[in-house]
Amino acid sequence: MTLTNERIQQKLTEKFGESVSGFNEPFGLLSFEAPKEMNLKVLQFLFDDAELKFQFLTDICAVHYPDDKGRELAVVYHLHNLVNNVRLRFKVFTDIQKPDVFTATQLFSSANWMERETYDFYGVNFVGHPNLKRILNVDEMDYFPLRKEFPLEDQTRIDKDDEMFGRGGSVI
Amino acid sequence: MVSEHHHITLPDGSIEKQTTTLNLGPTHPATHGVFQNILELDGERIVSSEQTVGYIHRAFEKLAERRPLYQITPITDRLNYCSSPINNMGWHMTCEKLLNIQTPKRVDYLRIVIMELARIADHLICNSIVGVDTGAFTGFLYVMQYRELIYEIYEEICGSRLTTNIGRVGGFERNFSNTAFTKLEKFLNEYPGVLKEFENLFNRNRIFMDRTQGTGGISAERALNYGFTGPNLRAAGIDYDVRVHTPYCSYQDFDFTIPVGSTGDNYDRFMVRNGEMWQSLSIINQAYRKIQEFKGEEAEVYHAEVPEYYLPKKEDVYTKMEALIWHFKIIMGETAIPKGEVYHSVEGANGELGFYFISDGGRTPYRLHFRRPCFIYYQAYSELTKGAMLSDAIITMSSLNLIAGELDA
Repeated sequence: MTLTNERIQQKLTEKFGESVSGFNEPFGLLSFEAPKEMNLKVLQFLFDDAELKFQFLTDICAVHYPDDKGRELAVVYHLHNLVNNVRLRFKVFTDIQKPDVFTATQLFSSANWMERETYDFYGVNFVGHPNLKRILNVDEMDYFPLRKEFPLEDQTRIDKDDEMFGRGGSVI
Repeated sequence: MVSEHHHITLPDGSIEKQTTTLNLGPTHPATHGVFQNILELDGERIVSSEQTVGYIHRAFEKLAERRPLYQITPITDRLNYCSSPINNMGWHMTCEKLLNIQTPKRVDYLRIVIMELARIADHLICNSIVGVDTGAFTGFLYVMQYRELIYEIYEEICGSRLTTNIGRVGGFERNFSNTAFTKLEKFLNEYPGVLKEFENLFNRNRIFMDRTQGTGGISAERALNYGFTGPNLRAAGIDYDVRVHTPYCSYQDFDFTIPVGSTGDNYDRFMVRNGEMWQSLSIINQAYRKIQEFKGEEAEVYHAEVPEYYLPKKEDVYTKMEALIWHFKIIMGETAIPKGEVYHSVEGANGELGFYFISDGGRTPYRLHFRRPCFIYYQAYSELTKGAMLSDAIITMSSLNLIAGELDA
């Protein structure tokens, strides 16, 4: 029997009721969200259920929406059911002032470094993670560089001396 | 004058310590890349290890947030630089999915030729390096001239060799020249013999088998739990291949098998990669035959008709008003990208290479995340090498095919 997106949505709503919301299917990939306190419950249910079997964690990453007050950070899980070959996307949103989200490392060993990377760039504090420290950036860094408040350098700035880079002398 | 020397103060407990700490890397000739392993050794046995990565982190995901689509392609080159065309095309296909562009069949087949050549180039590097690390240098030098031939084919198509920046959204920048096809034929004729000889050198070699069998093994369950994909997962016995499970770029038109191993050890990884090279050769042969079936105007098709995203020819830009406008709009990122979230993955040489692209309708991605297979499976290295000999850990590292560029992004 093939596992359809409708069936997954039905099973999730049966189990969690109103808590799971925002179902849509961009490009055929079922996508939904849940409150952040429930992320482990949802992941565990998706993992254990005999029909769903979402036992392969494809990816974890975060997204920063600075204008969405109280839900600034989204943690996005991409899961894959390899038996029926179905993918889904699961999001939890958290307040940037208190970015605590439960770790998925107990369920997936692969979550270890993915969560460290997410912490490194967005500062999501994965509660219960065995070794939550920076992974790609230097340990001394005291900010989270992929957040939107750190823009890349303005390419039209003129106060910089580019002489050493072959782009003419100083402008000012 | 010994008394005048400053004595080194050792940390507390280091005299009584029974194990040795060894820093393997960040720049060690045996690691084939920039990453550090802090090993705790009991004699030559590894008690525990800790990995440090990020030495060549270049903030690709941040950079991508202010670049229009075409400026992101060169970034993807530098992920797994042993098979850049797969990354480039994976990225272009992600854009095509978001922009709802259908590519003509001929474009798909040309792409498959290049992607499978890239897979062969990547696997032959990895496997011959496993050979070098076990003490067999010949194989490495022997297959290298065929990687050179593959690079010449890339060069014929896009002008560069390692970081290729090949193709466009919608297809290729130009049609394949006759020289490209001649070189491809040469490769298809000669490489099977070379690969056979390469296999003769290793597959049943007593020394090689003793060194690789039973070392660095992982069970199927652990490999899945660790998020393994690609040859490393297949060596553990799971036949997951993105080309088959979620066909992209018309892979469904081709007939090929997925080689699998059983123990997930270094030998199985080596054998799976060898098997995949044979499959890739067969896919290229099939694709080449399909390409030759296109006649007349159809044989000239090398891109989809999407002027709003496909960069026009340079000579047209200089002589035609419309081409100049499109060129300007594309370069300046003035063409509209629809809002949306898309995840697209391709079977990279190391496994599932995913692109998670969020567009808010602006000129650049709102967020772009790369799922790099290397980064995800390297965390298993500690478990793979626990209790192993140091020299086996080196082979485990090379047979996992760790590419620092992909690891650090």
